[in-house]
Amino acid sequence: MATTYEAIATVTVGSGGAANIEFTSIPGTYTDILVKYSLRGSDAANYINNRISFNNSTSNYTSKLLYGDGSAAASVNHSVTTAIDFSAYSTGTSATASTFSNGEAYIPNYAGSNNKSVSVDHITENNATAAIAALTAGLWSDSAAITSLKITPGSGTFAQYSTATLYGIKKN
Amino acid sequence: MPATFEPLATTTLSSAAATVTFSSISGSYTDLVLVVVSKWTGSGNSSYGMRFNSDSGSNYSRTYLLGDGGSASSARATNQTSTLNGQVNPTEWSPAIFHIMNYSNSTTYKTIVSRTDQTGSYVTAMVALWRSTNAITSIDLGYFDASGNWASGSTFSLYGIKSA
Repeated sequence: MATTYEAIATVTVGSGGAANIEFTSIPGTYTDILVKYSLRGSDAANYINNRISFNNSTSNYTSKLLYGDGSAAASVNHSVTTAIDFSAYSTGTSATASTFSNGEAYIPNYAGSNNKSVSVDHITENNATAAIAALTAGLWSDSAAITSLKITPGSGTFAQYSTATLYGIKKN
Repeated sequence: MPATFEPLATTTLSSAAATVTFSSISGSYTDLVLVVVSKWTGSGNSSYGMRFNSDSGSNYSRTYLLGDGGSASSARATNQTSTLNGQVNPTEWSPAIFHIMNYSNSTTYKTIVSRTDQTGSYVTAMVALWRSTNAITSIDLGYFDASGNWASGSTFSLYGIKSA
């Protein structure tokens, strides 16, 4: 029986940091794609929103967030429309050292002609108050097949040792 | 390395349908993952659910955490006739991922952990329970408590997960 979960590419940020993590030339031979990531921002803030975008497009994105921060749960519609803002809250330089936020974004039917839905699950935990568990619904209202995917910090850069791996998922 | 995430079956609807069924599910895995991308033909938002092994008795329950963009809430429903653990609307292709844990054992009730998303309505995380110790051999997905069908183009993909 065929393997359905195939690693397409992995990016690991080097010592100089990186403005983004990008996967290009994504083949259209899968039905779904999934990116798993471990991120830390270089910005001083505890929280840095992360953003995901496709095909270098900067329009037609919407996202809705459900999150808990250790004291309450809340939900917001993101105002950012230039990318799917998944409020990942990368751990910034003022956050606990050596902690990374982790999560995954699942994108079904990425090569089809419908608008592209994205489901993101994300956590940051740092043995302090700057922690969050977040669920995000994202939508890119575009019929183009996704051929590239970029993750960008809302401010600053991604720190060394941040990683992301893109998987292709085949169905029967 | 052995394959641990194997495709079992896929259905893409070419016309609207009341129910989608996966039958004769092999018991040789430990967990199942079901990925659904769907709309429905009814109006507004609705819940859909699963029934296992054609059981339509009041043997299902679920608890959800939901965000609508303005607030977060949680609620529970007990003694339901299906899991009611999916959310859909008629205008947005809504992804949902269901993890059906230990589906093939004959000793425990079956737990389903799921996420469904629509930027136009809700972000949800749910857990559902089927109070049966029977191994799951079939899954029906439908609008058992609402008037509507799965829309044409909806996709349903079932995967088997093996432990080490």
